[in-house]
Amino acid sequence: MFEQWNGFKPGSWINEIDVRDFIQKNYTPYEGDASFLEGATARTQNLWQQVALLMAEERERGILDADTSVVSTITSHQPGYIDQAQEQIVGLQTDRPLKRAIMPFGGIRVVKNALNAYGYILDPQVEEIFTRYRKTHNDGVFDGYTKEMRLARHSGIITGLPDAYGRGRIIGDYRRVALYGVNHLIDDKKLQLESLETTTIDADTIQLREEVNEQIKALHELKTMAASYGFDIGQPAANAKEAVQWVYLAYLAAVKEQNGAAMSLGRVSTFLDIYFERDLKGGIATEAELQELIDHFVMKLRMVRFLRTPDYNELFSGDPTWVTECIGGMGVDGRPLVTKTSFRMLNTLTTLGPAPEPNLTVLWSERLPLAFKRYCAETSVLTSSIQYENDDLMRPYWGDDYAIACCVSAMRIGKQMQFFGARVNLAKCLLYAINGGRDEKSGEQIGPALAPITSEYLDYTEVMQKFDQMMNWLAKAYINALNVIHAMHDKYCYERLEMALHDRDVFRTMACGIAGLSVVADSLSAIKYAKVKVIRDESGLAVDYEVEGDFPKYGNNDDCVDQIAVNLVKSFMNKLKQYKTYRNATATQSVLTITSNVVYGKKTGSTPDGRRAGEPFAPGANPMHGRDSRGAIASLASVAKLPYAYAQDGISNTFSIVPSALGKIRADQINNLVGMLDGYFHDGGHHINVNVLNRDTLLDAMEHPELYPQLTIRVSGYAVNFIKLTREQQLDVIKRTFHDRV
Amino acid sequence: MQKPGYLVIIMIVAPSNTQKQFPVQGYIHSFETCGTVDGPGIRFVAFVAGCPLRCLYCSNPDCRFLENGKQVTVDELVREIQKYQTYMDTSGGGVTVSGGEPLFQPEFVAEIFRRCHELGIHTALDTSGYCDLAIAKPVIEQADLVLLDIKSFDPEIYQTVTGVALEPTLRLARYLSQINKPTWIRFVLVPGLTDAPHNIAGLADLIATLTSVERVEVLPFHKLGEYKWEQLGFHYKLKETQPPTAAEIQAALDIFRKRGIQAI
Repeated sequence: MFEQWNGFKPGSWINEIDVRDFIQKNYTPYEGDASFLEGATARTQNLWQQVALLMAEERERGILDADTSVVSTITSHQPGYIDQAQEQIVGLQTDRPLKRAIMPFGGIRVVKNALNAYGYILDPQVEEIFTRYRKTHNDGVFDGYTKEMRLARHSGIITGLPDAYGRGRIIGDYRRVALYGVNHLIDDKKLQLESLETTTIDADTIQLREEVNEQIKALHELKTMAASYGFDIGQPAANAKEAVQWVYLAYLAAVKEQNGAAMSLGRVSTFLDIYFERDLKGGIATEAELQELIDHFVMKLRMVRFLRTPDYNELFSGDPTWVTECIGGMGVDGRPLVTKTSFRMLNTLTTLGPAPEPNLTVLWSERLPLAFKRYCAETSVLTSSIQYENDDLMRPYWGDDYAIACCVSAMRIGKQMQFFGARVNLAKCLLYAINGGRDEKSGEQIGPALAPITSEYLDYTEVMQKFDQMMNWLAKAYINALNVIHAMHDKYCYERLEMALHDRDVFRTMACGIAGLSVVADSLSAIKYAKVKVIRDESGLAVDYEVEGDFPKYGNNDDCVDQIAVNLVKSFMNKLKQYKTYRNATATQSVLTITSNVVYGKKTGSTPDGRRAGEPFAPGANPMHGRDSRGAIASLASVAKLPYAYAQDGISNTFSIVPSALGKIRADQINNLVGMLDGYFHDGGHHINVNVLNRDTLLDAMEHPELYPQLTIRVSGYAVNFIKLTREQQLDVIKRTFHDRV
Repeated sequence: MQKPGYLVIIMIVAPSNTQKQFPVQGYIHSFETCGTVDGPGIRFVAFVAGCPLRCLYCSNPDCRFLENGKQVTVDELVREIQKYQTYMDTSGGGVTVSGGEPLFQPEFVAEIFRRCHELGIHTALDTSGYCDLAIAKPVIEQADLVLLDIKSFDPEIYQTVTGVALEPTLRLARYLSQINKPTWIRFVLVPGLTDAPHNIAGLADLIATLTSVERVEVLPFHKLGEYKWEQLGFHYKLKETQPPTAAEIQAALDIFRKRGIQAI
């Protein structure tokens, strides 16, 4: 027993690493309202002003500063501060705020190009090391790629693959550091090594032994890094302030080591609340002080930066880091996992103002306390900075201590990880089916050379048969490409620290994804219920379509087409499952585009639903804009039909509404938003971004971005600073999703 | 235009047992699944076609005639309504029949409401009140809430705005109070047309005597329907009229609130 655990109720968490058990034995559910909350302290306001100024400068220059010679590791940089005297929670990725580090293990070319794009030159010695002496993940992948994979990647039918940078979407259980201290975690890892002294030391065991040894090294480095800030995190955290600091340092070590596509935080609020309650009861902290700790913690999370190329930023609309924090949810015993610190975390949207990061994610259950539901809805109406995910749907799969990685990917914390697989362009696949595997834009043979469709009008049965064949090919090429990527990532860019905060044996998913679902569903509906004439160029390539007559469109709660979408999700998932995966990962699938719906649209020719070449797709699982004519609830109802069982990596829906369309007065708006969320999730919806915004505000922000530095808008599974979107994306957001019937 | 409308109303009142032989049908212009301003909670709003009024500011001039709508049976409509019952339950919402003028198709609307009640769904009638009371009564009986538009208190202004007489609406308003039917009164504030202080004050005085009014909604005039007038080739007389300012809206609200009326 550690003395730092005084006052905690014992349980199995004492004898083994089990944060969930600690939470269950010790947390205090809170069913009250938000009236206990305090505002920002003077220190917080002062500090945030300094950060805001730095961020404004950063926006102007692209990046504020970059290191060009020191390769980022957990211990690479001297301690950094914003204003040390005022910071209650400390630690930066480099020695200066917002200064970006280089992380070449994922790929040296990306680092070099990113630096060049912002006017910096990579230290030649670093370049030499990572080209002559140290192979990167990126180089490994391209050694493994087959011709078929290169073609599919080049044409954009498989896209966004993490083959040149960190794969991300792994959540370390950062709470373990606060609860147990690093020394205890190292001891536990040593026991794991002993357990791997087995009779047969085969390839799997060798790999795992090497990984656990790397994890132990990373934990030692974490201790060293913390010591440079003056903390001994070998020991457990003794109070609220240390608990926040320890969790943050553990997370900081992860973002110093990995430039992962999404570096999510997990589910820390209710864990931290146990320390907060103990300090409140002991009379050693006030509410204002506790809010200050959360504010300073969140401020740091808002400052996480990675060096990325401008075209990466264009794809993802700014600088997303997906520091996703899950709030709320219900325990399997029926008690809400809502605590006062759930409120305090959401309160940062008021004390510090709205922001895209951390990616605040409320795990919604119909049984959540009403006061909490109302507080969430009110905060959404005021800030548009929250996303909601269906806890009642996910709990049966993942228990009550899961978190969301990135946007919509649930995983048991410390027990599960995923091999992030970006997504395939299903709309392009349909066009390949029609064109016998030739790309509709370039004419190149990318897919298998099956017989193209030659009839003047498309026949539903024929299209479905060829589409099915083309999806078979796509699923195979896709899984194989992911196998190459993740074998190389484990080899050259392993997440030592994040995986150190996992159990020895983790459940792995191969997280595939599809884009263009609504385009394909509507296209198939047009082919089935209207007449679609094919326009071919002189080489016989189908390049355009004319739709004659009307057809049911996804987003109107009409089963004629909604079931086509449902079947697509099921069908592609079933195909993915047929192929062998690296490390026997379980294949899953998401319906998620991030903000790349604009870029995917650009790369895809005209489709049989009447969408013109180059026009954006709808984001995630959203219906195509302008095609939902029965109002917002019908649109939600269509999306809610998509089966989570076949898309366990998540189904993203982005919902935007003007305040007056939610109700005439604020009380009505809150009531209706709570009712909408309850209804959507009751009917099986998985995820929803909620934006409550006036179109005029967005138009004004386009013209006067300097007046809206913190204007935040939820997009596919995360949030962005509206003013950081490209003009094209801004227009797409405005055009696409507003439900504003008066 | 109005007279044939009345004829239709009188003619379609039929003995109640006919519903067993003929499915009750009516004309629906469109529906909205996310209605949040026509009664409490999230509502399925059915916009019926056909209206005897010719309001100058009408935002749905494409709903004037029955033939602007599509004929549907009550069964078909109720099947559609049921798809949204979850949201009605979770938000305290229900079904609102708006229009057009629902009392233009009284049997149809009453039957929709009756079937909703069988399913435990809250019902609201959004009406101008311009209807013979005897015809309206069976519909009102099936409505949990009545949203009554009183477009003006001054009879002359009323006639100018709507093209019809005020009296049936006032009779209906008093009847709702007599039978203690929960009622929301709506008043569209149009600068230069309905905003005369005596007009608003007269309405407020009347409402103060009605015991079942739960709230009064002052709806600022807007021109969002103007483009439809142009599309339909109708002459839109309020081209020059501007929406009321925030101060004008506040002044109108104050007139109601001074009389202890909950006005928003």
